[in-house]
Amino acid sequence: MAKMTMREAINQAMRLEMARDPDVILIGEDVAGGRGCPVDDGEAAGGVMGVTAGLYSEFGAARVIDTPITESAIMGAAAGAALTGLRPIAELMFADFFGVCFDQLYNQAAKFRYMFGGQHGAPMVVRTMVGAGMGAGPQHSQAIYPIFAHIPGLKVVLPSGAYDAKGLLIQAIRDNDPVMFCEHKMLYGEEEEVPEESYQLPLGKARVVREGGDVTVVALGRMVQLAAEAAATLEKDSGLSVAVIDPRTISPLDVDTILDSVEETGRVVVVDEATPICSMASEVASMIVSDGFSSLRAPIRKVTAPHTPVPASPTLEAGYPPTAAKIREAIEAVYNYR
Amino acid sequence: MNLDEPTLRHAYETMRLMRVFDETGRREFLAGKLPGFIHMYCGEEAIAAGICAELTDADYIASTHRGHGHCIAKGCTIEDMALEIFCRRDGLCRGKGGSMHIADLKKGMLGANAIVGGSAPLAVGAALKIKTRGESNVSVAFIGDGASNQGTVFEAMNLAVVLKLPAIFAYENNGYAEMTGVDYHCGSGDIAARAGAFGMPSHKVDGTDYFAVREAMAAALAHARGGKGPVSIECVAPRWYGHFEGDPQGYRTKEEIADLQETRDPLALFRERAMATSSLTEADFTAMDAAITERIEAAMAAADKAPLPEPDDLYTDVYEVYD
Ligand SMILES: Cc1ncc(C[n+]2csc(CCOP(=O)(O)OP(=O)(O)O)c2C)c(N)n1
Ligand SMILES: [Mg+2]
Repeated sequence: MAKMTMREAINQAMRLEMARDPDVILIGEDVAGGRGCPVDDGEAAGGVMGVTAGLYSEFGAARVIDTPITESAIMGAAAGAALTGLRPIAELMFADFFGVCFDQLYNQAAKFRYMFGGQHGAPMVVRTMVGAGMGAGPQHSQAIYPIFAHIPGLKVVLPSGAYDAKGLLIQAIRDNDPVMFCEHKMLYGEEEEVPEESYQLPLGKARVVREGGDVTVVALGRMVQLAAEAAATLEKDSGLSVAVIDPRTISPLDVDTILDSVEETGRVVVVDEATPICSMASEVASMIVSDGFSSLRAPIRKVTAPHTPVPASPTLEAGYPPTAAKIREAIEAVYNYR
Repeated sequence: MNLDEPTLRHAYETMRLMRVFDETGRREFLAGKLPGFIHMYCGEEAIAAGICAELTDADYIASTHRGHGHCIAKGCTIEDMALEIFCRRDGLCRGKGGSMHIADLKKGMLGANAIVGGSAPLAVGAALKIKTRGESNVSVAFIGDGASNQGTVFEAMNLAVVLKLPAIFAYENNGYAEMTGVDYHCGSGDIAARAGAFGMPSHKVDGTDYFAVREAMAAALAHARGGKGPVSIECVAPRWYGHFEGDPQGYRTKEEIADLQETRDPLALFRERAMATSSLTEADFTAMDAAITERIEAAMAAADKAPLPEPDDLYTDVYEVYD
């Protein structure tokens, strides 16, 4: 199997779905680039991170649509087009920009199916970039997806690598409800083995990254890699057997896979890059306390970002997201608790 | 518009500071010393300098992601700015903001802004403060051609008209919004006319011509300070570099950029006009250039060596602390 970056895998998922279904369109800022410029060959940008490169040449201006800077209208147009039959992929360049367009998503797209009594939903995907690590500062670095997960009617996907990203995105495009597809910007260049052909991964099904009987680590997005690293080190150094679970979608959340593991270990660490208050880390912890209380043998430890904005300074930013060392410490703490 | 020699000197120095600050900053960025994204203002200097020429610290500006020039024009100290783009402990925002968030409230500089279109409502808010307190100052929003399409900007303009606020919408039409041209992204093709349709006087000027910008701003100031409500000014001045540093600019030709630098350099145009209308000489400009280069090199070198934030600074300034 060939190695592919997450950037390439996401690009391929869109390419395959656009080739398969003429109702799939891509709409966003600079998804092609060059429109209205001295050189307009449709390949000037391909997205600011190059994720949509080549799609304009292949599918043309009618289906790969560059917009003005107008997120509210992009999201609303995607919602309206989805309600009436298309399957738009709408790009929200940085998730931080949800602030200027969220009404069209959470009051409109997310609620159509319910408030219209089941007539039709909004089969759309919002592809958006999340996460710290580029020194891009407080308005371009947030892991804001817990807010999306709070909204009934939105599904939220958080791929941790290229293989999952491709299968989850194809599934998201075929899903009949709005899906927020959150891509960590520091993962775009990471490679994994990815099949060339189309495949789907179900939304709401976790991946057991590694099995283990001593401690359960639930990690999200970019944190999955770090958690696996911490688990491997601990196994080598102290013989601990640590399970790592990647929920892959935070809404819906695969409660069963998590609880099965907790039943075995009784000790849990939840790792997320988002801020800790009203977060997925607190959601997973509270779910386990409610539904797996009798299995617990130690308090659940959460390893998250601090409850602060993301600073621009690389020195400060380095202390912001969880690290493998902090995760290791938390695993040891829950393991050594009584 | 005839300006006396000290005013001409000050105007030129302001623009030259912007030019050298960004070109030197660019060099440092390419050397890997600056984090994040930086956006060059080169080619657009006459806009910020002309708009801010008659403003004081009691007037406000709200800026954009391309904010270095606005800061300099509004009187921010370049040494403090250099510390901030290097994200140092003693920078204007203690390294927490960086290039895209430089702010200096004591100078009436309400922040660079990484949310496109974010500046306009904020500037309207500052104008509301001015009107509420019965002050005579103004509040300026800098807004890119791309930002001109945001709903936030339309809403801000309408609110300013409805409330008759001393707000000035300074549009910087540099031809591009990232990798998309203004001819495509602005449906009507005319930012000034669109602003005018909201019910305010609107000007359109050559943004490479300091004198034209300053003249339009003088009219806007008279209007806004006279309690007659907001004004808009569209300044047209293409940028010389990519959207951000590192943009390969496949959507432009080398000829377009070379031609701009040759024929529409705001600093060269200024020098020519100033020498024709005052006793300033080539030698005066050369001397100013040398002094500015020296000052900026020193500021960047000092910033490079300046202390980093302390790790615990991560946790401060989220809220006011009460003891
Ligand atoms: C709400 C929002 N949408 C998109 C972006 C990404 N972005 C940053 S700058 C920019 C282009 C801005 O163009 P313009 O307003 O013309 O300003 P210029 O860069 O030309 O000075 C875009 C799309 C953003 N920062 N914020
Ligand atoms: Mg522009």
